[in-house]
Amino acid sequence: MTAAIEVENLRCEFRVHTGLMSAEKRVVAVDDVTFSVPAGSVLGVVGESGCGKSTLARMILGLLKPTAGTVLVDGKRLFDLDRKARARLIQPVFQDPFASLNPRRRIKDIVALPLAAQGTFSRAEIERRVARILERVGLSAAMGERMPAQLSGGQRQRAAIARALVLEPRIVICDEPTSALDVSVQAQILNLLADLRRDLGLTYLFISHNLAVVEHVASEVAVMYLGRIVERNETDALFREPGHPYTKALLESVLTPEPGKGVPDIGLGDAMPDPANIPPGCRFNPRCRIAVERCRHEAPTRMVRPPQGMVECHLA
Amino acid sequence: MSALLEVEELQVTFGGRTAAVRSASFRVEKGETHCLVGESGCGKSVTALAVMSLLARGGQRSAKKMSFAGTDLTSLSDREMARLRGNRMAMIFQEPMTSLNPAFTIGSQMAEVLTRHKGGSRAAALDRAAELMGRVGITAPGMRLGQFPHQLSGGLRQRVMIAMALMCDPELLIADEPTTALDVTVQAQILRLLANLKREFGLSILLITHDLGIVARVADHVSVMYAGEVVERATTAQLFRSPQHPYTRGLLSCVPVPGRVQRDRPLGSIPGVVPAIGSGFAGCAFRSRCAHADETCARAIPRRQAGDAHDYLCRLEPDWAELQPA
Repeated sequence: MTAAIEVENLRCEFRVHTGLMSAEKRVVAVDDVTFSVPAGSVLGVVGESGCGKSTLARMILGLLKPTAGTVLVDGKRLFDLDRKARARLIQPVFQDPFASLNPRRRIKDIVALPLAAQGTFSRAEIERRVARILERVGLSAAMGERMPAQLSGGQRQRAAIARALVLEPRIVICDEPTSALDVSVQAQILNLLADLRRDLGLTYLFISHNLAVVEHVASEVAVMYLGRIVERNETDALFREPGHPYTKALLESVLTPEPGKGVPDIGLGDAMPDPANIPPGCRFNPRCRIAVERCRHEAPTRMVRPPQGMVECHLA
Repeated sequence: MSALLEVEELQVTFGGRTAAVRSASFRVEKGETHCLVGESGCGKSVTALAVMSLLARGGQRSAKKMSFAGTDLTSLSDREMARLRGNRMAMIFQEPMTSLNPAFTIGSQMAEVLTRHKGGSRAAALDRAAELMGRVGITAPGMRLGQFPHQLSGGLRQRVMIAMALMCDPELLIADEPTTALDVTVQAQILRLLANLKREFGLSILLITHDLGIVARVADHVSVMYAGEVVERATTAQLFRSPQHPYTRGLLSCVPVPGRVQRDRPLGSIPGVVPAIGSGFAGCAFRSRCAHADETCARAIPRRQAGDAHDYLCRLEPDWAELQPA
């Protein structure tokens, strides 16, 4: 079976000016990222803000040209495809449905736009498809007549999902799709995404900072730190036996609803990662609890981690 | 135990029509952390703003009782309230960038709090600011005092806000979603800091959050809010061991717990949406989403006792079956 998404040695650099007179600086937002997502599965991508996970998503969507490396979506190079073909193949769902829906359009027109943009569907066909997808995501026909501002956060996210799925793409990039929602609504949306994936045979790249959510939806998880994937493995294995100290710290920092346990001391220190100043050696070493001398000057290489994962750490 | 903050039957309306808070009662005991937990629009932030007399224009507040360390807050003038705010009761918010003035240095903003409330020299105030920055875990406070808010990371800004809130040695700290805008790793650090400060300074904390994980880990007492009402009150241990209100139970079932995840099973969820509460609303606000609702739920709902410090607003008798892990 061909992989739904195949990413090889992907790199993205930005040039930034830090001050009026200072020299141009290169920020490596995504650094040598390689992975593949089998069709029908879910890859969860986790990491702190600024780790490059959204930049990665934008390159896979074809919204941003990589500095180096390749992205194959369903076996095709995205930059060889025109916009219409790309839209039929891969679609995004973003965090804030209020920012991603045109406030001056009715929901059903917003959902119809990808169909209309293809230019090959009759008006009757568009209406039929929009009605079908709205019903599938749990929005009534009456909701379709409303404006985004008249919908609740959960309903707006359902509309965003309907718009993403109306062209029947194979692959959906979900970038923090439930982070702006209340927990009860978050659960509704996660259940909906799971149903849709099963029924329509979709592949997801699921980006989130919430590890509990990722554990619930993903079959495989990649942990990003300062632009690199520092660990990747099957979800169960990664959660049961994290290999990288950063993965461990992330897992420890999840506050489960268990009273009496107190707040964990994850000991990461105050040094926030800065993509413009990546430390030499292992990029995690300034925050690492178990770093040794070697970590400060030698970057770790990729090592195999059973059952079929990898980790970048000298001490794993 | 004595209450530092006591609120009884607090009502807040906007424009006379929308009832944002309806008869909310809770107590923050001395040296304890009390959590107001609920989803967006449940009235938890408005409750805190009403306590601080910081309601937006058009907000009307009334309460049977609202006392802070023996002072009746409802009888204070604006000027008297301003003397209390930032002094004996301090507040920190979700997004520290919007609460700090981008045009002034950290040092001058922190020093102003002390000179405004307690007088004294600016140099002394800066010394106190540097000392408190050290206490909240900011390294090189001397350098940070001269920096502007945009030069700090989100976690550092929130630490600055906390240090600033402590300038006048307050008795009560009101924290409204203090870690929601932060990464999980930073969130754990900030919550640990708050727990330590509570012990060291004998602070009482009113913590407002939507996150049941945070509640479980830091709260002593919890008030669960829904559609403007406190629907359940309990000690933290009680609330998680035997939640009584159907809303509390539903909320707990929605939270995915790492290690207990069953990927092929759907998460628990609460169907429907929060109703709009107009002025003539009666009965249980949760009934349109509740699996146990019947016609009696449209009438007045009793507040039932489920223990010494545990009550809830529902027609159903207490049920002692422990919540099954999701």
